[in-house]
Amino acid sequence: MSHSISLTVNGARHDVTLEDARVTLLDLLRERLQMPGTKKGCDRGQCGACTVLVDGRRVNSCLTLAVTVDDSDIVTIEGLAEGDSLHPVQTAFIEHDGFQCGYCTPGQIMSAVGLIAEGHAGDDLERIREGMSGNICRCSAYKGIAEAVQDAARRMAADEERKSA
Amino acid sequence: MRAFDYTRPASIEEAVAAWTPGAAYLGGGTNLVDLMKTGAMGPAKLIDLTCLPGLDAIEVKGDGSTRIGALVRNSDLAHNRDFAARFPMVAEAILAGASAQLRNAATVGGNLVQHTRCPFFQDGISACNRRDPGIGCDAIGGDTGSMAVLGWSQSCIATHPSDFAVPLAALDAVIEIAGPNGSREVPMAEFHRLPGDTPEKETALEPGEIVTAIRLPAEAAAFAAHSRYLKLRERTSFAFALVSAAAALVIEDGRIAAARLALGAVAAKPWRVAGAEALMVGEPPSPELFARAATAAMEGAMPSGDNAHKIELARRTAARALARAAAGTPAEMPALPASVFGDPAHA
Ligand SMILES: Cc1cc2nc3c(=O)[nH]c(=O)nc-3n(C[C@H](O)[C@H](O)[C@H](O)COP(=O)(O)OP(=O)(O)OC[C@H]3O[C@@H](n4cnc5c(N)ncnc54)[C@H](O)[C@@H]3O)c2cc1C
Ligand code: FES
Ligand code: FES
Repeated sequence: MSHSISLTVNGARHDVTLEDARVTLLDLLRERLQMPGTKKGCDRGQCGACTVLVDGRRVNSCLTLAVTVDDSDIVTIEGLAEGDSLHPVQTAFIEHDGFQCGYCTPGQIMSAVGLIAEGHAGDDLERIREGMSGNICRCSAYKGIAEAVQDAARRMAADEERKSA
Repeated sequence: MRAFDYTRPASIEEAVAAWTPGAAYLGGGTNLVDLMKTGAMGPAKLIDLTCLPGLDAIEVKGDGSTRIGALVRNSDLAHNRDFAARFPMVAEAILAGASAQLRNAATVGGNLVQHTRCPFFQDGISACNRRDPGIGCDAIGGDTGSMAVLGWSQSCIATHPSDFAVPLAALDAVIEIAGPNGSREVPMAEFHRLPGDTPEKETALEPGEIVTAIRLPAEAAAFAAHSRYLKLRERTSFAFALVSAAAALVIEDGRIAAARLALGAVAAKPWRVAGAEALMVGEPPSPELFARAATAAMEGAMPSGDNAHKIELARRTAARALARAAAGTPAEMPALPASVFGDPAHA
């Protein structure tokens, strides 16, 4: 049984026919849509490397069946920067050494973007660490990651204020 | 993964009509898709419930009860301010479970119906009576740190992993169900089943039945000022419970007027003992009282292997959860929900 789905990824519309419903959103992105920025760590919801935004919410794309995101709006790490200008979370990860090998980084950054949008952690380091606990880093860059998220949250809040002023 | 058909019904009636033996309902998929990958489950058909209308609301009914639609996402329930103010230990339990990404996807119905994390069940290969009735249980004699100390049988020693289910049991939640034979309700106490000789029958759901809502009775909100969830884990966050406890009190004039206590990760269902609650009523809160209640709650506990330590751990967790509840619900959700760390004012 094949399934036709239509989804938006980083602003671009994709019409896809899935010959098999077993395809996860993660495999669809990496293997069908040639967007390998989203990483596969555990493939079981345990590491967060595959984190993307679906309709604005961070989820594990490895446990999301592609057929279920018909009509959804997906944002991946490839969709954050505007041209050469990085997203504030990306900039903060570079400034704070929020990574070593970089494998977990796309998931960390997407998760941080989701966390900041949710707005429950503010710039409290303890709440940021708790809110980021779904993203494991084998290189243990946690200190830099938490500081990067805190810094980005502050900068984005300041930008918001400036815009609304 | 075994191949499957996929269908997305637009009404509860259509969903029930689509059910055939071997089919499975799909919520957020965070448990089911995982188990399909390991081979522990292999449904021939997935019936996606997530587009069913009317099941994603949190409503306070005329009789004061609160009805949570089965499709409400875990994070949306926990972060709903009105809900969290009335049922703080439910919100705390949800936020102590899984990760933010998983909670965003997971439905409350799926959370209740989720399957055991017993590694021998999950791997799809080991002998497991829950997966393949009658085949045997490789968990017995294996690593039993996560296994039951109450209500287990020779056919299964697994525990239920849901944090959310523990405060729901303490608060006498009612599960609303729709299925081929119409609608019915099951009290939380009867929803999850102890293994006995039929561990494959995990819940009160009959084939083809759907959880449509979870209802908290009006009385449950009376505990709002004194209720806590406490969860012991191998790491501070993003880990299943070693043991956990939901404790809720009503305190009037320095005495306990009503008490609720349920334990998690000690059995195949949240564990509640009426006598443990009753002995606290009329008494002033004290560490000695809470220790007695905790001991009563764990009465009859027996190691199912090399896990005798869990009995004492559960007793202490229960007593400490009660002490935290007596100290009062924190004004704001702790940065580390349900954790023994980072909450000095309420230690
Ligand atoms: C890495 C990891 C860590 C986790 N940590 C925790 C934790 O610490 N604490 C915790 O409590 N949980 C934890 N979880 C489990 C998580 O809470 C569950 O996977 C989730 O709640 C299941 O909800 P779902 O909607 O995704 O269910 P699904 O995966 O869609 O379904 C689960 C089961 O329920 C059935 N089902 C779903 N909805 C219904 C319905 N409405 N009626 C009848 N049957 C239904 C399905 O057929 C399936 O059998 C963790 C999960 C992962 C992957
Ligand atoms: S790859 Fe999805 S959580 Fe690890
Ligand atoms: S930077 Fe290497 S895994 Fe995180």
